[in-house]
Amino acid sequence: MVKLIKRYWNIIRRPSVHFSLGFLTVGGFIGGILFWGAFNTAMELTNTEKFCTGCHEMRDNVYAELKGTIHFTNRSGVRALCSDCHVPHNWTDKIARKMQASKEVWGKIFGTIDTREKFVDKRLELAQHEWARFKANDSLECRNCHNYEYMDFTRQSVRAQNMHSTYLADRSKTCIDCHKGIAHTLPHIPPGQTSEATPPARASKEVANAAR
Amino acid sequence: MNIRATSIAIVFLIGSNAWAAPPDPMVDPMRGPTPLTESATPPLMPPVENRDVRRMRTYSMQPPTIPHKIDGYQIDKNFNRCLACHARVNTEQTQAVPLSVTHYMDRDSNVLAEVSPRRYFCLQCHVPQTEAKPLVPNNFQDIDVILKRLSAPAPDKK
Repeated sequence: MVKLIKRYWNIIRRPSVHFSLGFLTVGGFIGGILFWGAFNTAMELTNTEKFCTGCHEMRDNVYAELKGTIHFTNRSGVRALCSDCHVPHNWTDKIARKMQASKEVWGKIFGTIDTREKFVDKRLELAQHEWARFKANDSLECRNCHNYEYMDFTRQSVRAQNMHSTYLADRSKTCIDCHKGIAHTLPHIPPGQTSEATPPARASKEVANAAR
Repeated sequence: MNIRATSIAIVFLIGSNAWAAPPDPMVDPMRGPTPLTESATPPLMPPVENRDVRRMRTYSMQPPTIPHKIDGYQIDKNFNRCLACHARVNTEQTQAVPLSVTHYMDRDSNVLAEVSPRRYFCLQCHVPQTEAKPLVPNNFQDIDVILKRLSAPAPDKK
C-alpha cells in the first residue's frame, strides 16, 4: 500500500516530459472551466422540479399537496419550485445541503418512505428537520423572495400587520414559526414536538407553540 | 275489453293532467332566467371580506362569522389552523378571540381540557362572508326592533 502511494507520488512530482508548460497551464485552465461548468450544471439539474418529482415519494405526497397551495397556483402566476424553499441559494450552503441530501438517496434505495403509510409515519420527523433548518437559518429560503424591508403593511390585513410589526419586526419569531404547513399538509404534532432544535432561551415560547 | 281500454285511457288522462294550466317557468335565483337546457354564465366570485372587524351577531345564539380570509386553512384530524390562533394558549400572542367555554364541553356539559371533538370542525358553524348580494330576499327582523315596536305606545288605538 505504501509502495503504491509512493509510486503515484513520484509520478506526480516528476516534471512533465512530453507536454509543454503552456499546454499544461492552458489545458488545465480550459479543463477546469469545463469541469466547473459541468459540475454546476449537473447540480442545478438536481434542483429542477422534474428531478424532484421523478420519484413517486415526492410526486404522490408532497408535490401533490403543494399543487393546491398559494405557492403553486395564484393570481399572478409566480410560483415556487421545490428547490426555491428546500435548497439554499448561496453556493456553499447549497453544497452543504446537497451533501446532507445524500441521505435521501439512501432512503430511496432502501425504500424508507416508499408507501403512503411509511411516509405518513415518518412525516413528522421529516417535517421537524425542515422546521429546524428554517429556524436555524432565520427562514432564509422564505426571505429570498419575501423581504421584510419591502413589505407594504398597508396592503396586508390588519391581523397580518399586527403580527409582522411585532414578532417579525423584533425578530423574536421567524417566518416558519407561524407559517408552518403553508405549502404541505401538516402531520399531527404531539405537544412539545414543534421543533427539535429549540434554543433554550426560548423554551417557554416553544411550549406555547407546541400546544397548537 | 272495451271497458278496460276506456278505463286505461281515463287513468292516463287523469295522470297526465292534460287539462291543467302549463306550470310557471321555474325561477331559480342561482340560475337566473337561463333555460334548463343551457348552461348559465357563472357570476364573478365575490371577494371574501377580510377586514378583521368583528361583526354584530344577528341573534344572541348565532355563531359569530369569520371576519377574515381562510384560504387554504388546514382543518383535519391532524391539524386545525384556526386553533393556531384561537386556542386558549395562543390568544395572548395573537390577540385572537378565544373559543368560548362551550367548545370545551361534551354533550353532558362536562368541561374538558381540550376542544371537544364535536366542536372541532369550526366551519360547521363559523363561516367567512363575501361581499355578494343575497340571492333570495330575507325579511328577518332583529328581536330588538320587534321589541321596540311592541313596547312603543300605539296612539291610534286610544
